[in-house]
Amino acid sequence: MDLILILASGIATGTVLLYATVGEIFSERSGILNLGVEGMMLIGAMAAYRAAAATNSAWMGLLVAMLAAGLVSQIHAFITITLQADQVISGLALNFLATGISLVLGEGLTSLRDVVPQLPKFSIPGLSQIPWLGGIFFYNHSIMVYIGYLFIPLTWYFINRTRPGLHLRAVGEYPAAADTLGIRVYFTRYLYVFVGGLLAGLAGATISLSISPGWFGGLTTAGQGWIAIGLVIFAQWNPYRAAFGGFTFGALRRLVLDLQGPALIFGLSNPFHYNIHYGFFLKMIPYIFTVVFLVIGSSQANRKRIGTPAALGLPYIRGQRGL
Amino acid sequence: MADISVKESAPKWKFPFKIKIENRVDNPPRWLSPVLSLAAVVIALLIGALVIWIAGGDPWAAYTHIAKYSLGSWGVLSDTMVKAIPLMLVGLACSIAFRMKLWNIGAEGQFFLGAFGASMVVLLPVLPMEAPKWQFILVSAGFGMFFGALWGFVPGFLKARYNVNEIISTLMMNYIAIEWNNYFIYGVWSESGFQMSRMFQRNAWLPRLSDLAKRWPFFGGLTTHFGIVFAVVAALILWWVLSKSRWGYEIRLIGDNPRAAEYAGISIKKNIVLVMIVSGALAGLAGASEIMGVVHRLQGAISPGYGYTGIIIAWLAKLNPLAVILASILFGALILAGREVQPSGIPTLIQGLIMVFLIASDFFYRNRVRITRKVED
Repeated sequence: MDLILILASGIATGTVLLYATVGEIFSERSGILNLGVEGMMLIGAMAAYRAAAATNSAWMGLLVAMLAAGLVSQIHAFITITLQADQVISGLALNFLATGISLVLGEGLTSLRDVVPQLPKFSIPGLSQIPWLGGIFFYNHSIMVYIGYLFIPLTWYFINRTRPGLHLRAVGEYPAAADTLGIRVYFTRYLYVFVGGLLAGLAGATISLSISPGWFGGLTTAGQGWIAIGLVIFAQWNPYRAAFGGFTFGALRRLVLDLQGPALIFGLSNPFHYNIHYGFFLKMIPYIFTVVFLVIGSSQANRKRIGTPAALGLPYIRGQRGL
Repeated sequence: MADISVKESAPKWKFPFKIKIENRVDNPPRWLSPVLSLAAVVIALLIGALVIWIAGGDPWAAYTHIAKYSLGSWGVLSDTMVKAIPLMLVGLACSIAFRMKLWNIGAEGQFFLGAFGASMVVLLPVLPMEAPKWQFILVSAGFGMFFGALWGFVPGFLKARYNVNEIISTLMMNYIAIEWNNYFIYGVWSESGFQMSRMFQRNAWLPRLSDLAKRWPFFGGLTTHFGIVFAVVAALILWWVLSKSRWGYEIRLIGDNPRAAEYAGISIKKNIVLVMIVSGALAGLAGASEIMGVVHRLQGAISPGYGYTGIIIAWLAKLNPLAVILASILFGALILAGREVQPSGIPTLIQGLIMVFLIASDFFYRNRVRITRKVED
C-alpha cells in the first residue's frame, strides 16, 4: 500500500482513459456521439500489436493503430452524417463490427508476447527528484504519459481559443448558423469523428504497447472505452476535467487491486485480505464509480445549464428547419 | 463547363443517369422494409465470406457448415432453438426499451442477475429439494424476472431522477453483474472449490422435449426446453401491449415525439422506470430459463454475449415482437454453428456487419432514390 506507487500507476492507466475521453470530446463537440470507442480502442490495440510485431517498431505500431481506428470511425461518420441514421444505434453497430474485426485479425497474436517491442519508459531528469510529485508524475513512466501532459492544455487551447476550435464548437452547437457563416458542417463533422477515431486508436495502442502490454482479445480494453464515454459527461466536454477524471479513475483501479494485500488497514483487520472472494466486490468499484461520476456530472450540468453540445445526436440536414 | 467540352476533340463520355435522393413523403410500400432487411443480411454475409476468404478460410465450407449444423436435422434444429430461446427474450427486452428510445444495453447484466435469481431458488434454497416441478418452474421464473427487473430499475431510476445517461449506466451494470455472480460462483455456492455451483437436482430442471420420448420416441434427444413457452408467450403479450394497449401507445408516442407525449399528459419519468423494469424482467427471464433449462447450475460462462446480440435482433426485427422470434432463430443458428468456424471472431464480425448494413439500409426506407436518364439541354 504505497500511496505514491498507487497514484503513479493511476496516472499510467489514466492516460489511456485520457486519450479516449478527449477523442470522444472532439467527436461530441462537433455534434456526433460515437459509442464505438470501445471497439475502436480494440482495433487500435490489435493493430498496434500486429504492426509492431511485423515491423519491429513500436512507433510504427502506434501510427498504424491510429490510422486503423480512424478509418473504422469513418463508417460511423458516413452512416450518421451522410445517411443521417440514429447515432446511438450506429455507434453500437460500430462497436460490434470493430470488435469482430479485431478478434478476427487478432487471432494468434497472444502468443507473440516477448517479441513485440514496447514504447519507451523513462524518468524525467530533475523533475523526478521532486519529493512526492516527482515520484507520481515523472518517475519511470511511459512516454505516452508525458505526451499526455502536453496534450491536455494543447487540446483545451485548441477547442476554446483557436479559430478551428471555434468552428468545431459552432458546428456542435448550432450547425445551421455555422453553415450560413461558410463553415463546412459535414466536413467538420467527418474530420472530428476521424480525430476521435485517431485518439481512440492511440488509447488502444497505449494499452497494448505500453501500459499493460499484450493482446488478450476482448479483455484487452475491459470496458475502458465505455468508461471513457461516461467520463466525457463527467468532464462536461472539457479536457482538463477529462484528465482529472481519467487519472482519478486510474488510481482507483490500482487501489482496488492493492486493497487485498495488507492484513491490516488503519490498524483494523482487512476483510478483503482474509476472504479473497470479497475481491469481486472490489472489482465492481470502478464501474460503480462510473455511475457515481455520471450522477455528479449530470446533476452539475443540469444546475449550471452548460455542457452538452446543443446539436449532439441530431443529424444536420441542409435546408431543413431547426437545429 | 459547356464551352470547355466544345474544345475537346473527342466527345467526353458522361454518366448517362441522374441520381436524385429525396425524402419519402408518402408511406413506403409494405414489402420494402423486409426486403431491405433481407438485403442487409445478404450483403453482410457476402462481406463476411470475403473476410473469411482473406483470412485464408473457405467461405462456402464455413457457411454450409453453419447451415448444416444449425438447421440440417431435427437434432441440431432443436439445439438452434435452445440458443434462440434466450435470444428471443433479450431481443424482446431490447425491443420494448428501444421503442421508447430508451437505450437499455444492459440486457447482458440483467440476464446474469436472472440466472442468479433462478439459482437462488435451488441453492439458497427458497424451495425444498423435493418440491414439485411446476413450483420450481414458476418460482425460479419469478425470481429471475424479479432480479432482472431490479437490475433494470437502477438505471431507470437514475435516468428519471438524475438524468443519468442510461447507455453508460446499463453497460456498467453489466460489469457489476458479472462480478456479483462471480462472488457466488467462486465463494458462497462454489462446489468444493470449483468455479461453479452444484448441479441442480432433476426436479428443478425445466422440462425438455426429450422428456416426452417415452410416449413419442420421435422426441428422443431433443434438447428444446420449456423456456420456449416463456419466450413465445412473452412475444405475444408484448406484441399486444405495444400495438394494441393504451400503455403501448404511450411508449410509442414517447419514443416518436417526447414533447407531444408530455403535452398529452403522459409521464415520461414514470414510463422510463416502468419500461426499464419490464425490459430487465424479460432479460432476467432469459437468464432464468437458460439456467433452469440448459446449464442446470450457476457458473461463469453462461452467455456468449446474448444480451448484446439481443440489440441486433431487436433492430433486425424492427422492434416488432413477433419478428423477434424469427430473427432470434437466425442468430441462434449463427451462434450455435458459428462456434466451430475459424477464425473464431467471425460470428461476432457477421453480427456487426448485419447491424451496420441494417442501419445503412434504413436510409432507403426514409428516402427515395430516383434514377433518371439525363437529358441533354
